[in-house]
Amino acid sequence: MNTPNPNERLRKLSLKERYAHLTRGLDWQPTYQDKKKIFPFTDYEGIKIHDWDAFEDPFRLTMDSYWKYQAEKERKLYAVIDSFAQNNGQMNISDARYINALKIFITAVSPLEYAAHRGFAHVGRHFEGVGPRIACQFQAIDELRHAQTQIHTISHFNKFFDGLHDPLHMYNRVWYLSVPKSFFEDAITAGPFEFLTAVSFSFEYVLTSLLFVPFMSGAAYNGDMATVTFGFSAQSDESRHMTLGLEIIKFMLQQDEGNVPIVQKWIDKWFWRGYRLLSIIAMMMDYMLPKKIMSWKEAWEMYFEQGGGALFNDLSRYGIRLPKYHEVAKAEKDHYSHQAWSTFYQYSHASAFHTWTPSEEEMTWFAEKYPASFNQLYRPRYDYWAKAEADGKRFYNNGLPQLCQVCQIPTFFTEPTDPTRISTRTKIYNGERFYFCSDGCHDIFEDEPEKYLQSWLPVHQILQGNCGGTTVPEVLDWYHLNQGADNFDYLGSPDEALWENWQSARKRVIAS
Amino acid sequence: MTTTAIGTYTFPSRDRIENFHGLQLVYFLWDKHLMFSAPITLVLPPTLPFSEILGEVLPNLYGAHPQFAEIDWSTVEWELDGVAFIPMPTLTLTALGIDHKSLLRFRTPGLEGLAQASF
Amino acid sequence: MTSNVSITLQNTDDGRGIVAAIIADNPEAVVSTYPAMTKIDCPSRLIMNKTSIEQQLGREFDLHELNLTMVSISGNVDEDDDRLLLMWNV
Repeated sequence: MNTPNPNERLRKLSLKERYAHLTRGLDWQPTYQDKKKIFPFTDYEGIKIHDWDAFEDPFRLTMDSYWKYQAEKERKLYAVIDSFAQNNGQMNISDARYINALKIFITAVSPLEYAAHRGFAHVGRHFEGVGPRIACQFQAIDELRHAQTQIHTISHFNKFFDGLHDPLHMYNRVWYLSVPKSFFEDAITAGPFEFLTAVSFSFEYVLTSLLFVPFMSGAAYNGDMATVTFGFSAQSDESRHMTLGLEIIKFMLQQDEGNVPIVQKWIDKWFWRGYRLLSIIAMMMDYMLPKKIMSWKEAWEMYFEQGGGALFNDLSRYGIRLPKYHEVAKAEKDHYSHQAWSTFYQYSHASAFHTWTPSEEEMTWFAEKYPASFNQLYRPRYDYWAKAEADGKRFYNNGLPQLCQVCQIPTFFTEPTDPTRISTRTKIYNGERFYFCSDGCHDIFEDEPEKYLQSWLPVHQILQGNCGGTTVPEVLDWYHLNQGADNFDYLGSPDEALWENWQSARKRVIAS
Repeated sequence: MTTTAIGTYTFPSRDRIENFHGLQLVYFLWDKHLMFSAPITLVLPPTLPFSEILGEVLPNLYGAHPQFAEIDWSTVEWELDGVAFIPMPTLTLTALGIDHKSLLRFRTPGLEGLAQASF
Repeated sequence: MTSNVSITLQNTDDGRGIVAAIIADNPEAVVSTYPAMTKIDCPSRLIMNKTSIEQQLGREFDLHELNLTMVSISGNVDEDDDRLLLMWNV
């Protein structure tokens, strides 16, 4: 008989054993309740799972590690935020134009973090398997942390700069913010497997590196220590989220051959939805970082064409190919950021951030980074607009733009084969015409017209009289946009006046 | 295709004409003039004669472009919802077949935007 | 076709030690330095060994601590007590 020796220390379990204990055998089978009622969303999307235990988190993260390291991340972040605030870090950024990128971030990205929290909490509840359920629950907590830390960090800038005062209200109302909002609502109203394909795989794995990695490096380069710290703190969770995305895709593909075409269709859809959403990031990278690191085009090549190429090469063994219309994204990379910025420039009166025409130095950089397009097509615009501005005739567009029924972006993109011709696509459904910016969005509509005919298109809502009134000032009031401070050009804004005041104080100190 | 859902999934369109209080949407697009970054959306009465489009609506939308004043309207090439179209100025939108959410695309031969950049 | 796996780390004190350990253990690794971060690419496979990182940092290192320093990855992951692997085509 083996009596355990009370003096002998128990062998520490290995990582694999600890993870196995967490994710296997703690669940139970219901006896008096129908399993279908407990998990009503498992089957209806058509995904077949035969063995939930086949899912394994390759980091094998356990609860104790999770809390330990997340707490450490928070301690590090808050040390930096405190130090930034205490030392007036806002005065040390490269230029106050940069703050406008944060205005977009807090109104367009941070609310998505909160929406992701809700989405993952929901999916975490509704997955039958313990492994994916725990991974989703970790992620739900992460996403809530991201929303909170971003709001907390950027609240310091709100003490000094305009346009940062009511991000969640704006997210629900402002015309261009319907782009991120509708993206996420599309994902969250899908079933759990499509949600993970949309958010964990297509967005997190394939596309978010473009958002967080070069942009946050850019924040560091522009002296914004607070943002780079929350950015990388969030991104450190992102490696785990990306891995969940890849593992869940492989899990679905391995479980049943019948899952392959369903997953491919979702990848096609969500690549395109995510790519369109990133048009605003393209513009932030190219136009809103006064000191620049890499162009949108270079980032696209590095993260999608090379990184994504490797990923889809790996997935080809399951019969998965590159997402449909990836070649359109490739053709658009010379134009994406420029067309987005030109659009915001002409609607600057209705935006909660400032715009400007790029400096000569920036245009030289653009010409070098975009030799096939910038001098030919985009420099003439800025030269013309800058001159009009100097002559007191700053150009604004008097009309409201047509919006794409699916991505809700103004239909400003040009044909992939002709950058001088606006691309619009139409589809008649139930006797009504619908418009799209591209074949990608057209195909998404065609697949689920009943979903997208519900789109809350801001321009149409204004014209139906649902947005506070019929005039632009009334609508901007309804947005809680502080007119004359939040909108119009950077030049002449209170932000500029404040910044110039700080700069001249600094020069006086240097001179004395 | 239909949306895969847990129940019946049918909804009325949010932009059906009834929601525009007797008016209708019309989109305009001036080709080769990318100063206006996207087609423009207007809400108009279906009884509006086309002459008002030419005389009031378009000048207000596009008048800031230096080429607008140079347009010879007799040479303009129109497309209504993708089909070549000759608008009679005296007729109304309804009479011309310009219905809810129609797109009017027009090209001005010889006026191809500024700086050879279709701008 | 050989695909690169990739890891991006923060330019912190720990980050520098981890980068040094990766370079020592992966002769084919290519290092690119950017403001605040370092990206390492490596054909097909990249290994991060606990013992190498410990040598560089001069202290005990739990591989889950990588969570604090990692910014982004590309590749299939496999982690156990002694090493973290990134790989394609396995």
